[in-house]
Amino acid sequence: MMFNKSLKNILLVIFATLILSACSTAKKSGNIDGDVYTGKETVKYLASGVPDRVFFATNKSSLTTASRATLRKQATFLRKNKNLNVTIEGHADERGTREYNLALGERRANAARDYLMTYGISGKRISVISYGKEKPVNPASTPLAWSQNRRSVTVKVN
Amino acid sequence: MKKIFTAFLFNIFVISPSFALIEIDITRGNLDPLPIAISPLHVDVKSENYDGIKIKDLGNEISKIIEDNFRATGLFNPLKKEAFVQKPDIAHLKPRFEDWRLIKAQALVTGKLLIKESKLKVEFRLWDLAAAKEMTALAFTTTPSNWRRVAHIISDKIYERLTGEEGYFDTRIIYVAESGPKNQRIKKLAIMDQDGANTKYLTLGNELVLTPRFNPTNQMVTYMSYFRNMPRVYLLDIETGTQEVVGNFPGMTFAPRFSPDGKKIVMSFAKDGNSDIYTMDLDSRVVERITDHSSIDTSPSFSPDGKFIAFNSDRSGLQQIYVMRSDGSGVKRITFGKGIYGTPVWSPRGDLIAFTKMRKGRFYIGVMRVDGTGERLLTENYYQEAPSWSPNGRVLVFYRETKAGSKGEGFSAKLWSIDITGYNERRLKTETDASDPSWSSLLSK
Repeated sequence: MMFNKSLKNILLVIFATLILSACSTAKKSGNIDGDVYTGKETVKYLASGVPDRVFFATNKSSLTTASRATLRKQATFLRKNKNLNVTIEGHADERGTREYNLALGERRANAARDYLMTYGISGKRISVISYGKEKPVNPASTPLAWSQNRRSVTVKVN
Repeated sequence: MKKIFTAFLFNIFVISPSFALIEIDITRGNLDPLPIAISPLHVDVKSENYDGIKIKDLGNEISKIIEDNFRATGLFNPLKKEAFVQKPDIAHLKPRFEDWRLIKAQALVTGKLLIKESKLKVEFRLWDLAAAKEMTALAFTTTPSNWRRVAHIISDKIYERLTGEEGYFDTRIIYVAESGPKNQRIKKLAIMDQDGANTKYLTLGNELVLTPRFNPTNQMVTYMSYFRNMPRVYLLDIETGTQEVVGNFPGMTFAPRFSPDGKKIVMSFAKDGNSDIYTMDLDSRVVERITDHSSIDTSPSFSPDGKFIAFNSDRSGLQQIYVMRSDGSGVKRITFGKGIYGTPVWSPRGDLIAFTKMRKGRFYIGVMRVDGTGERLLTENYYQEAPSWSPNGRVLVFYRETKAGSKGEGFSAKLWSIDITGYNERRLKTETDASDPSWSSLLSK
């Protein structure tokens, strides 16, 4: 009986913990996976169903599966619009030194550019520019804002 | 552009040499600041009026600047003038030492000034009160509009006499003046005296500008600009206002600094996602590639003898500090502590490298020996970076940002300074928010 009661309590605690953590993941799950923003709050569209940006983990420039899917959509869009050129803007969050962030933004923009090029888009159509941490899309000092700011954004130039 | 560094000559006369009895150990920090009485300078009644200068107040104004300079060092405790016991003119001739000792002063500064025939003549004396002796005395003649600089030069002379170190008061700081909301910041190049006076804006804020740095003679500035949305390193002649792009690179150049002889600019050039370090000779325009690595190499800083370059690289995975010979050979990692390291800046004395360290979401400014040993963290905060050395290698200026709220509110960027002892952290006065400070060398050296 005693054993059962304490087991019950433990289960209750575990259950409560699960609910709590479910809440906290529910709050985040639509937004951040690991360190990478996965939400749509800041996203704009080059065309219907073609998101303009991809997001990165802290200090990283590697493309996630979701980022690659977004860039493939961009590539398809660019193949259909042969006269369109784009600039890819690379950005970093505010939690790093300014000069390193300029380099990091450039590296992120090029990661996106390289991926578009492997899908047949000519490098001549894609210029890159890094803004480092100078142009945050979300000015808050929170992990969510930082994840939204670690991004490369494809912008139409003509 | 208006001339900022108006050329002028100081005539300096050493009135009488002497030897020091009071001394300040500046390696110790501000544990026991030296009580010093800085008497208002006596204004000679024969002084003439000069446009824009209130001659009656000038003696007080100059002594106030000296007092503020000394208080800001943390090494001196300038005493309240209400307690002063002698009139400036009489004290300047020969102080009654025992009276000044009574108010616990250990050193006394006296002086007098005169404006005649459009020239400002200033003389000052520094007295050792315990030994009842004059320590040093100097006289200057200059254009009256230079009176603030006179106050800074006097401060430097007294500082040198009492600490045995070169001063740093007759200097300027170039920085980026910031305004506007956090996600739409307007940034301008600005220059001011080290005490915050005489702020001038060198760009209009139409384009983003970053990381200005003086050349060794303080006439030129190299910085980064997004002019026409092309992020490039620029060179600005402060006297003429002439600006030009440095080099003809087919991509972003950034993180510029002068070599110690002022003949080269060292910077990063980013291409295809890879940043390497390059130099450009300003006379021959010859560009040299210094690093060739698939990692990010940036934030280069020459050693004062020009033989080495410290830089920031993530070749080991995350940002660390490396040192190499200035031709790019002999690359050696020097930081191995916990955390990541950025912005190495070689001390003008050559013995230390200042840096930014990031660890567990906190930012530190620190110094270490040039081989990476002897790391000392001087200050910790939410966000701070980019130290720049005072010309005597005793003080660092850097910028600090505050945490912003959900709409960016509460965000600010300010300049701060701290002694390399870790004492005497203080905010520098700036008209606007400010970042990326660079300290000049002594202007009148």
